[in-house]
Amino acid sequence: MRKTSRFGTRQQRREAIEGYLWVSPWVIGFLVFSLGPIIASFYLSLTKYKIGGTPEWIGLANYKEAFTVDKLFWPSLGRTAYFSVASVILGVLLSLLAAMLLNQEFKGRNIFRALFYLPSLTPIVALAILWGWLLQPKLGLINYLLAEIGIQGPGWLVDRVWAIPSIILISLWASVGGGRMIIFLAGLQGVPKELHEASEIDGANAFQRFRHITIALISPVILFNVLLGIIGSFGVFSLAYIATGGGPNYATWFFMLHLYYNAFSYFQMGYASALAWIFFLIICLLSFLQIKLSKRWVYYEFS
Amino acid sequence: MATTEQRIRTLVNNQSQPIGRARKNLFKQRFGTFVLYILAILVALAFSLPFFWTISSSLKSAAELYVFPPTFLPETIRWKNYSDVFSLAPFATFISNTVIITALAMVGQIISSAAVAYGFSRFKFPGRDALFFLVLSTMMLPWQVTIVPTFLLFRYLGWINTFLPLIIPSYFGSAFYIFLLRQFFMTIPRDLDEAAKLDGASSVRIFWSIILPLAKAALATVAIFSFLEHWNEFIGPLIFLNSPEKFTLSIGLRYFMDNPFEGDEPREAILMAASLIVALPPLILFFAAQKYFVRGIVTTGLKG
Repeated sequence: MRKTSRFGTRQQRREAIEGYLWVSPWVIGFLVFSLGPIIASFYLSLTKYKIGGTPEWIGLANYKEAFTVDKLFWPSLGRTAYFSVASVILGVLLSLLAAMLLNQEFKGRNIFRALFYLPSLTPIVALAILWGWLLQPKLGLINYLLAEIGIQGPGWLVDRVWAIPSIILISLWASVGGGRMIIFLAGLQGVPKELHEASEIDGANAFQRFRHITIALISPVILFNVLLGIIGSFGVFSLAYIATGGGPNYATWFFMLHLYYNAFSYFQMGYASALAWIFFLIICLLSFLQIKLSKRWVYYEFS
Repeated sequence: MATTEQRIRTLVNNQSQPIGRARKNLFKQRFGTFVLYILAILVALAFSLPFFWTISSSLKSAAELYVFPPTFLPETIRWKNYSDVFSLAPFATFISNTVIITALAMVGQIISSAAVAYGFSRFKFPGRDALFFLVLSTMMLPWQVTIVPTFLLFRYLGWINTFLPLIIPSYFGSAFYIFLLRQFFMTIPRDLDEAAKLDGASSVRIFWSIILPLAKAALATVAIFSFLEHWNEFIGPLIFLNSPEKFTLSIGLRYFMDNPFEGDEPREAILMAASLIVALPPLILFFAAQKYFVRGIVTTGLKG
């Protein structure tokens, strides 16, 4: 008989050690590039630290400054929430509609799927340049087409009121037909046809079938995408940074731009870390809320 | 009894007007298909018109670009815009920088993610499932939270304005790809590696000559997403690189946008041409490998 200890047989121990070795790259990476920085950024958030100097302990003063003194803090958070909610709701809705369209049986739908998907492959800088030109107030195609049907188009990215809707428009164009739509499509294809047929015989109309079968069955997929969408869009940065630089007159100065400029233009590493931690807590809270709420209305087939 | 009676009545009713119903259904079906096509074409137009417009603008002369109302197709096609991209900015350098970073980061990301995925799928060790859950949760961790200390770390190491911050982190596995590969490795029958183990093969050998060759499709999916991730990366280069000779395409393009070059010529057409050059490789890759895209997105449930 083999010798066993509380750690199992020699063979089991050997397997465990090998297993740890195989996953060790990730563990090291996690400690160095994720956990370490999270802890370090919490420490830095409690200090005044201008790059090149030494961190000076100031307790919660950075947080206090963000909440009470910094005039850009709350507006940037508000703008980010506005962008997030609008772009996620519209984006999920439009992706779902596009997926439903592609879920119908008609010839050439793979070609359409490819066409819908292409915008999501556009590199973000190219996206900003391309749309900057389309939305150009005087010479842009969009305002030209609007003028053709008798509408005077707004200044889009250079208009204070229209700047955020413009960023939403660009991000919708780039995301509606992308991964989210493909996931919805896979979800829809997983809905058994018999369910639709059975309920049709029971006299359910198209809308009822959509509401009680399709939506009910793919609700976990929808939830997952709403969650991911909100977390993703709360970090909106690149598009606004390239297309507007936060302007005009701070109209697109999102939370991440605030963090970026504080860290890498003003080199206020302590204050930027406090902003990063506030952001981290917001994301945690959002994930937690989503998971809690989802238990009420999400249908899980195997639970 | 009542139900049987009803059923019979329904049957009889249905039989009494079979031809009219069939015709009506056929019409409904045809009309439905027609509406579907119209809708699909409209959506496809909305998605492709911006591309068309960019291509058209990229081939116009500076003067034509400022004509109002705009022309849909360039009057004279000006290919020179594309060569101007290379002569007016160090665009060739941007391309080679991007290729070097993308290639080295991809290799590291694929190998390390596959190794970690192999560890999670083939070995039993205490805390494995908790650790795997941790891997999955880091997918939710936004870069913004760690960026300041990460920047300070690279600065301390003297890595700022080198390619290292954009390459080295890829060698520690990425949650997204670890997950994708682990799911795939779980589907490879264990009999194969058990047999090899009996023959005295080490785990490295099993990984290299059994698991990896059988996982080619999954590895291709990872390679594609990894390519796109690094080719399109904007924030890393923006923060870690600061001299134009080190720039990648994504920030080189922005540099192009912000720094007017010699002469007063409007440069939108050239900028459009440059954007298209940057956007082209991902598009080509997509057409070459569509099925891997769809598979990757569906199995991981993540955005592409």
